[in-house]
Amino acid sequence: MRRLDEIRAGDELPTRTHQPTNVSLFLYNAAIWNAHRIHYDERYTTEVEKHPGIVIDGPLQGDWLAQAVMNWLGDDGELVEFEYSNRRASHLGDTLVSGGRVETVDLENAEVELSLFVRIHDGDVTAPGRARVRFKN
Amino acid sequence: MTLISDEARQMIGRSDPPIRVDVSRRDIIKYSIATEQVLEKYLNGDEAPPMFLFGALRDITPIDQLGPDGIASASLVPDLPLKRVMAGGTKTRYFCAVKPGDVLIAERSLADMYEKSGSQGPLIFLVYKLIVTTESGEPVVEETQTRIVR
Repeated sequence: MRRLDEIRAGDELPTRTHQPTNVSLFLYNAAIWNAHRIHYDERYTTEVEKHPGIVIDGPLQGDWLAQAVMNWLGDDGELVEFEYSNRRASHLGDTLVSGGRVETVDLENAEVELSLFVRIHDGDVTAPGRARVRFKN
Repeated sequence: MTLISDEARQMIGRSDPPIRVDVSRRDIIKYSIATEQVLEKYLNGDEAPPMFLFGALRDITPIDQLGPDGIASASLVPDLPLKRVMAGGTKTRYFCAVKPGDVLIAERSLADMYEKSGSQGPLIFLVYKLIVTTESGEPVVEETQTRIVR
């Protein structure tokens, strides 16, 4: 188990690359019971709603942010607070990267604040986020 | 001049009927695979990932009630002069992990509504509160969701 006093502001969370496919977006939208056609019907998406391509779900990117936290935290603590927003759209074929960094370490309350991001590879942030976790030790 | 009518403003405080969700291991596993989780506790369905409830609490709308875009009409959206609704931010407080076998009660309400001037015109912010508890009333999740109407 990691010790809280080993964690420093500025520590980077591991980054992870995400390359959604038609199949993974189908499974995600089936799992959350979402039939919005912009996630699977390319002709409708481009011709009717005028997106440049199949749209990657915003809440899926929210999940990737939460995964960045939980994969880093492991069993050393628990998620207390999590927030995110969808700043810009991304589309099937985009390669996205999730990650984050430690912003503050509160030794008294055993809490750590994290800033989070999903961004297009070598591009803009599509989903910024923030989390607060509480360590067990 | 305000864009929010008195009639629209009267919707503040209204709630959808509470929904009951029976959390199953199989649904957790499906969600975990679909979101490419890596932690065994999620992939085995021993615990739900933090964002699992986003899907688990969605309305299960019959096909004949979906619009041509494939989505159901949103509840608790007042009649406003601006029509384009976009997701804003979501802020969630977690009180305990969700596990298979849990029975949860969720209630969503329209908590606030206000206007702002954006660089491309006026914006209306709709603020929703989601409260999820166990059947016995223990808190599980509290969430603030913002939708932006432009």
